[in-house]
Amino acid sequence: MTLNWFKFASPATFYPLAGRLTRPFWILTGVLLVIGLYWGFFQTADQLGGSNPQKEYYRIIFIHVPAAWMSMWLYIVLVFWAAIGLVFNTRLSFMMANAVAPTGAVFTFLALWTGAFWGRPSWGTYWDWDPRLTSELVLFFLYIGYMALHSAIDDTRRADRASALLALVGLVMVPVIYWSINCPDPTQCAALHQRSGLGKIESNILFSMLTMTLAFWMYSFATSFMRLRSIILTREAEASWVQELLNREHSR
Amino acid sequence: MLEVIGLECRRGDRRLFSGLDLALEPGTLLHVRGRNGSGKTTLLRTLCGLFTPDAGEVRWRGESIRALAEDYRRELLYFGHLNGIKSDLTGIENLSIAARLDGDPVGIDDVWQALARIGLRGFEDLPTRMLSQGQKKRVALARLILSRAKLWVLDEPFTALDVEAVALLQGLIADHVAGGGLAVLTTHQEVPLTSGQVARLDLGD
Amino acid sequence: MWAVFWCVLKRDLLLAMRRRTDVLTTLFFFMIVVSLFPLGVGTERQVLQILGPGVVWVAALLASMLALERLFAADYEDGTLEQMLLTAQPLSLLVLAKVGAHWLLTGLPLVLIAPLVGMQYHLSDAQIGIMMLSLLLGTPILSLIGAIGAALTLGLRGGGILLSLLILPLYIPVLVYGSGAIEVSVIDLSDTMPYLSLLGAFLLAALTLAPLASAAALKISLE
Repeated sequence: MTLNWFKFASPATFYPLAGRLTRPFWILTGVLLVIGLYWGFFQTADQLGGSNPQKEYYRIIFIHVPAAWMSMWLYIVLVFWAAIGLVFNTRLSFMMANAVAPTGAVFTFLALWTGAFWGRPSWGTYWDWDPRLTSELVLFFLYIGYMALHSAIDDTRRADRASALLALVGLVMVPVIYWSINCPDPTQCAALHQRSGLGKIESNILFSMLTMTLAFWMYSFATSFMRLRSIILTREAEASWVQELLNREHSR
Repeated sequence: MLEVIGLECRRGDRRLFSGLDLALEPGTLLHVRGRNGSGKTTLLRTLCGLFTPDAGEVRWRGESIRALAEDYRRELLYFGHLNGIKSDLTGIENLSIAARLDGDPVGIDDVWQALARIGLRGFEDLPTRMLSQGQKKRVALARLILSRAKLWVLDEPFTALDVEAVALLQGLIADHVAGGGLAVLTTHQEVPLTSGQVARLDLGD
Repeated sequence: MWAVFWCVLKRDLLLAMRRRTDVLTTLFFFMIVVSLFPLGVGTERQVLQILGPGVVWVAALLASMLALERLFAADYEDGTLEQMLLTAQPLSLLVLAKVGAHWLLTGLPLVLIAPLVGMQYHLSDAQIGIMMLSLLLGTPILSLIGAIGAALTLGLRGGGILLSLLILPLYIPVLVYGSGAIEVSVIDLSDTMPYLSLLGAFLLAALTLAPLASAAALKISLE
């Protein structure tokens, strides 16, 4: 049996599918958030163990770290759809990229925000030009640039392609930017404020971090699909299937 | 020679035309007609490869123009709504540079002759910003005289031209087609050329 | 192929010579920004020596931004850009030539004026030399990367502001290593080698990749 993947590349088939999937994703988001936060707040030690004597406020990492991960992942997702759109000229891919961007920006902002709150008790300042947070800031600018370019162009087709290309250029530049922020001196890289390796982390902490990450993933799916549905509706407004759908809603 | 297969184009989220098929042999003049907004310009730009169609493709000598790229563009001359001449350069400079970029540099004498023929004797080495609207258009049209392109795509070439220039331009197009060339044009003006023996394509309902 | 490159390069230089003011505005903008800093942060010698490298590079970034807005705009408005897309030449080559001309007109003057800026900020002769070298390697990168943004924002309302928003974050590596080179040259001149070779590597990468991206962007913008 061959599955026709391009069937789902049509907005008309994807619209109802996205609609059916939204609710389960919201439910999963809620459940996982409750589990992750409960575990993070009540089932983990008061302090980060070992050589890392950080106090209660360390619990902010249960939001900060997953948000930072998500912000990067979602940028890759965005570029993936943008690239697919540029290569195969499929409108739905551009809409996907478009739907993901605001969620990515929100996570980037969340990571920056919680990072600042972490910094205050930890380093005594809200902003310390920590290389990782600075990279996060640059990523935030990239998201904003993508959305700004898309909204500045009236012709949706040009908007889609132009912002997709920008996202691709951004992806090529991200490692270089990240590296230049981390290693302002090319011969020796700056020490990070926080060094981490997943292996060293206590299993309780790891569990709630991963649960939170999963919750954020579900949240990303839910919001992206919701946004995607409204994008599809506005863009395909003149298509016959949208007209039919509207008529059905009206008669109900 | 020029084939259009199942072409569909959209502007924004509006479909202009779909399922368009065409086949043009050497020595054909195609007159594209339709009301404003019916997609004439978009079709012409698609034929040039400036606009990527949403479905279907354009073929030249049996090969997709996307694959041919520069080899196709060498045989193509497009004349759009904008004249495509720099107002700070003289007519001579404009035409020499355009010819060089088109891949067949022409001698300076040919450029002088072309400008004389198009009716710009005495204006050849003035910056074109000193010229009138119609004269600027003539500078741009002088490219038709110099060009060796096989396919001419002309979007509203007759606007802003006086009677004499319209006649001259019709002569140029007729000669080109008679010599085995292809031409695709749009015009709102009724000119003798388009009421004669030409292929027609009507866009929009 | 190089004949075409030279043809476009000469054309753009010729056009600029017929409109000289455009060239000078970028240079004066750079000079003004650089001269304003001492008025804002105070004229203390030590402070200026520390700030100098960063200020010079930030000013260069802004000046390049200002100039880039006009890179394709004029050709776009009169339709010559559209004709360039239809010539029998690879578009990236034409873009490279246009960027080259643009750099000669707006980037190179910054390199040449650098000694004057160095004196304003009390930099030593060696530092000024490194500053010129880093600008010489770095400003073409700014033009090359900026061209992508200029092509993407072609003909948009408020394109200039948008261009800065899109492109300035991408300038960070050049800023970091460009000003870094000048900073370390205080201690030991040989320390600057890694910085300069990195800038050189960036320049090579930008030379090969950026024209392709700009050409793709132009095609999208002109559809």
